[in-house]
Amino acid sequence: MFDYDVTVIGGGPAGLAAAISAHDNGAKALVIEREERLGGMLKQCIHDGFGLSRFGERLAGPEYVERFMTELYKRNIDAMLRTFVTRVEKLPDGFCVVTVNGEGLKKIYTKTLVLATGCRERTAKQVFIHGTRPAGVFTAGTAQHFTNRLGVMPTKRCVILGSGDIGLIMARRLTLEGAEVLGVYEINPTPSGLTRNIHQCLYDYDIPLYLSHTVTRVFGADRLEAVEICEVDENLRPIKGTEKRVECDALIVSVGLIPENELAESIGVSLDGHTGGPVCDGQLMTSVPGVFSCGNALHVNDLVDFVSASGEEAGKNAALFAAKSQRRVNINIGGEFLYLVPQQLDLEADNSKITFYFRSKKVLGKSTLRLKVDGAEVWKRRYPLLRPPEMQQLVLDMNKFGISESSDVRFEIEVAE
Amino acid sequence: MKEFNCIGCPRGCLLRVEEENGEFTVSGNSCENGRKFAISEMTEPKRTICSTVKTVFADVPVLPVRVSADIPKDRIFDVMREINSVTLDKRISGGDAVIENVLDLGVDVISTSNILNEHIYIKTEGK
Repeated sequence: MFDYDVTVIGGGPAGLAAAISAHDNGAKALVIEREERLGGMLKQCIHDGFGLSRFGERLAGPEYVERFMTELYKRNIDAMLRTFVTRVEKLPDGFCVVTVNGEGLKKIYTKTLVLATGCRERTAKQVFIHGTRPAGVFTAGTAQHFTNRLGVMPTKRCVILGSGDIGLIMARRLTLEGAEVLGVYEINPTPSGLTRNIHQCLYDYDIPLYLSHTVTRVFGADRLEAVEICEVDENLRPIKGTEKRVECDALIVSVGLIPENELAESIGVSLDGHTGGPVCDGQLMTSVPGVFSCGNALHVNDLVDFVSASGEEAGKNAALFAAKSQRRVNINIGGEFLYLVPQQLDLEADNSKITFYFRSKKVLGKSTLRLKVDGAEVWKRRYPLLRPPEMQQLVLDMNKFGISESSDVRFEIEVAE
Repeated sequence: MKEFNCIGCPRGCLLRVEEENGEFTVSGNSCENGRKFAISEMTEPKRTICSTVKTVFADVPVLPVRVSADIPKDRIFDVMREINSVTLDKRISGGDAVIENVLDLGVDVISTSNILNEHIYIKTEGK
């Protein structure tokens, strides 16, 4: 009665990797994509640097993702394009996915689901910018879509708010195409993008970076005419008297990404307040049996190589999924963490090769990461530097630490003074 | 001594370069690529560029491209001018050259996508 063993929602890098890996593990897989073409956000990420760890090459975004698309086509895996999932219903032994596309409404019955829905950009309204609502206020991703997919320049003279990687990449891209980028303004005292992007996107082109500054207001009726810039104090509050008006025709906002999990929530998947993504076990299964999560829907990654790796893991485990009882134990984290994924272990599963991803909350110097079980240290690793923009990955054999259901499993970061 | 960050990978090592009688000593790097990058930055800085070229096709108004190898940093805007002078009227594939040996720099400007000649892949077998 099932149409598919594994249905993957989202045809970006995570979803493609999940479908390929599900197929290779013997499952009949389907990818559902709302756009007219597979590839997700990488279609517009025309800059290079993708695939360094997976392929040992510096590929442009389309080159990277098209390698996975080719693999999908070779396997003849089903893909529905221009198709939107409106609803998912839980059945006793699977799921019914309700889709809508040009052919109408359709119900797809599947044993398991992989949520590869990616993330969304935080908008100007979500960072409390006041003033009118003129044209010319874009998220960095929207500016990127205009420039790289439509071939239309969104600005001649702009200000960028936020030093996230997409904002930095767009600062360089718009400069190359002849626009004037007046500066990148970051509310925090440290940049939020990767160090190499600060260098190759800003310093190379003499674009100034202003830390501890933010945009507090926009001016203009039909089109943006200027923005108001303010310095901020240590609590990130604008300092009165530091306001400055900067004339520009666009404000490009790169202020963070939020995992997209509305569909997950609608079927009762529990989310982690730290990541914004589902709480998962070592097999990337969410709190709902048979529902897996990967890529930027699970947590926002800085490298696509990790996105593909988590997609493969989720796809494989979805293919091998058999409904059985679980014994889950929480993995706790200390206050120095921004987050750690996965957040749980299923003691019934094979946990001999669990990949953890984590970020520190602040920039930390020489640190030691410790794993403690019931207060006793069982594993540690030293780091010379931990920065929130640079996600860390580690693979551990979690079978060997004698963890039971009643164990207190805890990762801690200790900073050397 | 000069200090700058490596752009080779996301690690972004802080490189330190000392020059003595035309010899460079690099520290702070974690791999050979870092050492090479540091010396290249001191002698003839190079960068890659990625951009788009206009096409005549309504379904794909611009095609992503990049240079096939790094070019001198001070020629970036010259190469951009060449890239922006192209209007593509052939449905080429990923990896195909859009401009051969651009400005005699010994590198090509190549397409980074198959979007122009990919068959439309729509297959639905669900109920």
